[in-house]
Amino acid sequence: MKLDRHTLGFWIVLIGLIVLIQILVSLGILSPFWETLLKIGAVMSIVSLGLNLIYGFNGQFSLGQWGFYAIGAYAAADVTYRWTQMNNASGLMVLLLVVALVGIAFFLTAKLVARLRGLDPLSAFALYIVAVLIAAVIGVQLGRVLIAPATQILSSLPPNLSLQIVYLIAVLLGGCLAAEVSYLFGLPVLTLGSDYFGIATLGFTIIVKVLLDNSDTLLGFEEMKGARGMVGIPKTTSWLWVALFLIIVIILLRNLLHSSHGRAIISVREDEIAAKAMGIDVAQQKTIAFVLGSFLAGLAGGLYAHINGFLHPNTFNFIKSFDPMIIVVFGGLGSVSGTIMAAFTWALVLEGFLRILLPAGFETWRFVVYPLFLLVMMLLRPQGLFGGFEFPYLRQVLPKPYTPKTEEQLSLVHAIEEASEGD
Amino acid sequence: MNNEQLTLLQRIIKGKWIGKGFLALLALAVIWWVGGKALQSPPLFFQQIINGIQLGFVYALIALGYTMVYGIVRLINFAHGDVFMFGAFVSFFSVSQFQLHLWPIKALPSLPPALGIVIGTLSVILLSMVSCAILAMTIERIAYKPLRDAPRISALITAIGVSFFLEYFGALPFVFTPNFITYKRPFDIVTWYIQGGIHRLEAGAEAPPGSVIFSNVLIIIIVVSILLLVGLNYIVRQTKIGKAMRATAYDKPTSRLMGINVDGVISTTFAIGASLAGAAGVLYATAYPQVVFWMGIIPGLKAFVAAVLGGIGSIPGAFVGALIMGQAEVLSAGYISTPMRDAVAFTILILVLLIRPTGIFGEPEREKA
Repeated sequence: MKLDRHTLGFWIVLIGLIVLIQILVSLGILSPFWETLLKIGAVMSIVSLGLNLIYGFNGQFSLGQWGFYAIGAYAAADVTYRWTQMNNASGLMVLLLVVALVGIAFFLTAKLVARLRGLDPLSAFALYIVAVLIAAVIGVQLGRVLIAPATQILSSLPPNLSLQIVYLIAVLLGGCLAAEVSYLFGLPVLTLGSDYFGIATLGFTIIVKVLLDNSDTLLGFEEMKGARGMVGIPKTTSWLWVALFLIIVIILLRNLLHSSHGRAIISVREDEIAAKAMGIDVAQQKTIAFVLGSFLAGLAGGLYAHINGFLHPNTFNFIKSFDPMIIVVFGGLGSVSGTIMAAFTWALVLEGFLRILLPAGFETWRFVVYPLFLLVMMLLRPQGLFGGFEFPYLRQVLPKPYTPKTEEQLSLVHAIEEASEGD
Repeated sequence: MNNEQLTLLQRIIKGKWIGKGFLALLALAVIWWVGGKALQSPPLFFQQIINGIQLGFVYALIALGYTMVYGIVRLINFAHGDVFMFGAFVSFFSVSQFQLHLWPIKALPSLPPALGIVIGTLSVILLSMVSCAILAMTIERIAYKPLRDAPRISALITAIGVSFFLEYFGALPFVFTPNFITYKRPFDIVTWYIQGGIHRLEAGAEAPPGSVIFSNVLIIIIVVSILLLVGLNYIVRQTKIGKAMRATAYDKPTSRLMGINVDGVISTTFAIGASLAGAAGVLYATAYPQVVFWMGIIPGLKAFVAAVLGGIGSIPGAFVGALIMGQAEVLSAGYISTPMRDAVAFTILILVLLIRPTGIFGEPEREKA
């Protein structure tokens, strides 16, 4: 990586801020209330960055982000819960193998579908479903075999270290699970028009919430306790963990968006037909953006689950799924820095200051004021509060305009310019 | 390549047999499940069907508003469910605060009491319809009209914002309060049961086991809905404004050139759709006598699913789709588990979008430049 002034400045400021907050937390100057809010701000940044990738950069209006967030949260929480409360690695191994095998099943099915040319979408979807079911059953059976050895190996480590390892894998697995669900769900719905897609994803969020409400009876996960809420999750998410994940996500997104893949993703938002004419596989770009965005949502869910150590299906109510949407719209569609700033502003100002400063009756007014802001934003400033501002490090470097050198190239450019003026 | 040279695999691909087999399996599973339960207890099954019809007609009224608005401005009017809620609340206040349903008896004591109640109930419904129409026209004027040329998603986010605003403004303590409120019906309930003939069920009495019961609420819902549907069909098919609506839905710029006041037509469409939602709000509240500020969200979304299922933009489609949705909801609530009805509704949506995105009655959409 080339270190220029902007890059260096960006990293110094970012890491400085993170270390400063960590020092303030360790010294006890920053109360746990504010620390939690900062963590939630970082988690919301990751969710919203994922949504911004789907909606802001790829142009797919998704309301399903909250559902994937819920999947990641519950999956990760279940893994660490089983490790700390039941003292075995059952959740870890089973989920690991299911995620891995389903991933392989996707890969193989994709190859098969590509070979069977002219397969209609419904048949392809049916093949995927069958493959996933088979892979999941095998994964559960294999995972059971591996529970005992894995538990032994992890138990031989110091308890704190093993917990951190389990936690890290759990969070990543939560993200992967969300990504795989999103891939399967995206197969039928990604081809729809934008607002149908929005409704289908909203439906997805509602389905997830209903399933979580009945997670103990219908899904058979006793420890999730359904609508009573899941307690006893270890509070492992520290400020450094969320900061680390946020940094990785920022680098990931920056590098993706600056690559040719990123430009392809953005071109789909700008004009699908033109992108297709340029040889871009529109369906593939949509899938990449959707799956990656959902992965980020699942990751953030895993982080969130270990902040308070408590999960309740009402947290994943579809009304709340508009929170990341509001953050993305306010931060600016297609702006990474705007999203992060808006997420922290949302957490600190709306959840923090206003709750402390304003009288108790404000809670009822909150959702009256939100939509009015949203309406005014849509009418007056559709580019977002920060107006597409981007830190120089994150700003996209566009290829330099083409400069003709030889006489022949010059005449060609003139000819093209004249032709385009004729429109 | 000749047809004879196609291998078995190619034939399977060409005939889309994998997808068809998958669907057939799914349909068989559903029939097996519902059929097994129905054979266990036929009266219970018929009871569910009747409840489903009652719900389906209410959904049909809401779905029509969605389908009409979507047909004309291509906007999923999220606030429609909250207009429905507003209609229910207007009727709640007009009945319990102002005793509007009693005015014929007070004003004309010589009227037969039955007729008086009918007129009173109809005027309650009419008041809700008119207030919902005014509300929807205001929303359209303030929130949607300035965004008519903006990207469709901006309008959709605005619609979500309007929906939130209506809900949480309603939740304020001095508006509708955030609590469940018991709804007072404008008429007394009369129940019948079917067991070898239709018998009147006396108040407070238990229906004999193994019988199917229904009440005058069901009859009122069906009669009012059918009257409104016929009226709507008349407006859309026979009147000048209906012709203008169809023209605007077909091609907006051209209809403007033909001298149609497009903004006026859009406004009227919102008003008609909202008045149907207002009537649906009253009927829903009489059937399930409770009102609360968020009551419009889930029925609104389900009615939208019904509109998509029937083919968005198609009036008979919305009606058929809503009846199917009503049955699906009641059967899944009765035979799987109550909260699962929401999940089933959206599973249907995803299946419809997968199999036939244009819906049952929808025509393939024209590709627009």
